[in-house]
Amino acid sequence: MASRPSFVAVGDSHEKTRHMSFLTNAQLLSMLEGMLTTVQLFAICWVMAFTLAVLLVVIRTIDFAPCRWFVDAYVEFHRNVPLLVLVLFWYFGMPELLPESFRTWLYAHNAEMSLAAIALSLGSAAYISEDIRSGLRAIPATQFEASRALGSSFLQTMRFVIVPQAIRTSIPPLVSRALLLFKNTSVAMAIGVVELTYRAREIESETYRTYATFGAATIMYLLGSFLIMFVGSRLYKRYRINTGAGHA
Amino acid sequence: MLEILQDFWLQLLIGQYPKGPLGGVVMTLILAVCGLLASLPLAVLLAIARVSPYRWVSRSAAVFVNCVRGMPLLMLIFWSYFVLPKLTGFSLSGFWTLLVALVIYESAYLSEVVRSGIEALPRGQIEASRSLGVGYWTTMRKVVLPQALFNVLPSMTSQFVSTIKETSLGYVISVNELTFAANQVNNMLLTKPLQVFGLLALIYFIVCFSLSRALRSLEWRVRRARAMV
Repeated sequence: MASRPSFVAVGDSHEKTRHMSFLTNAQLLSMLEGMLTTVQLFAICWVMAFTLAVLLVVIRTIDFAPCRWFVDAYVEFHRNVPLLVLVLFWYFGMPELLPESFRTWLYAHNAEMSLAAIALSLGSAAYISEDIRSGLRAIPATQFEASRALGSSFLQTMRFVIVPQAIRTSIPPLVSRALLLFKNTSVAMAIGVVELTYRAREIESETYRTYATFGAATIMYLLGSFLIMFVGSRLYKRYRINTGAGHA
Repeated sequence: MLEILQDFWLQLLIGQYPKGPLGGVVMTLILAVCGLLASLPLAVLLAIARVSPYRWVSRSAAVFVNCVRGMPLLMLIFWSYFVLPKLTGFSLSGFWTLLVALVIYESAYLSEVVRSGIEALPRGQIEASRSLGVGYWTTMRKVVLPQALFNVLPSMTSQFVSTIKETSLGYVISVNELTFAANQVNNMLLTKPLQVFGLLALIYFIVCFSLSRALRSLEWRVRRARAMV
């Protein structure tokens, strides 16, 4: 397959300067595919982690001590174990517990991707649930009491008074958590998920175009991260709770 | 799991040390301590640059910090793994490669911590010091930094715990640390990945959890001291 170089490949014939030369269109396209996988993994994990985190927060509010212990143990465990170790554990260890037939089905259907997604989601859910919980705690208890005293039910109070405010106060930590999750998807390359870092590594070892491959991958990651940061600051400005401070 | 621990505890603790390279938990801790200590001065410099009155200084520091924050640590590790040898002309060991990446990454994050400490100080203190005729750098050294660094000690300790977790990425470039040692054990046993990686997760948990609990008492002391001021 003859692909036209996207830039002039200066000094490609000289072994010594090869790591300085640029990428071909085919290589760039293959990296973009990797980026697509990264974005997919990020989106899947974010949705799963957020759902699980909300569930954890709800379980923790149940007035039954073992529920609290379970959630606390879950959160502490996942906050103190590296993400890479979680990914390795889920990829190498967990399938052993599955029934044989399901395991073969899983390995036939992109097991790396789904197991990495599970590990990343479980890990992030612990952090996200803490962010949501501290957002809830930031709302003074008197508001809850006032709403109940006015005759609203528990669910109504939560829905109209507490949660709308809690979501707004927890936007900044949730955005920085999303950014970390986006970057942490790169860990999935350790078990062979073909995402951006994996592709960059692969192309580098095939072509020795070190600067170009890692430069391109870095730029793609930065674009994604800056987009998340930008959306985050927009959301923050839009939904900031105006406390009246600064107004005379 | 217990048998694995009985057979391989020494390897998981110090690697092949007396006969071979140091590794395991000890190496992980050495990496984390060196990473944090080396990144602290850089982080302070970056934080000072970010609150600098000169626009171009604070802007360029912000660009650096945001670029590092927007990039996976793994990417930085690969940069230092592949590019550093080509730039400097001599090859670095895995330990130094990982340490360089960790220091760059941590200094960006720590600088944000230090900056928040500096910005939390009342402006009146700086103004008072400057109007008494004290120079900019002396004010920084004698008034701002001692208080700011003390106040952010709790955040720094949690940064230490996350540095320990980040050293696990050295596994990808075969640095001899805990995750790497566990993987070696797994390759020797072959049939017990669930137990080996479960044990690995437990070891990290015990190390990080007990450290963060121990450091929490330090946090309390800082809180108390701040409340008294």
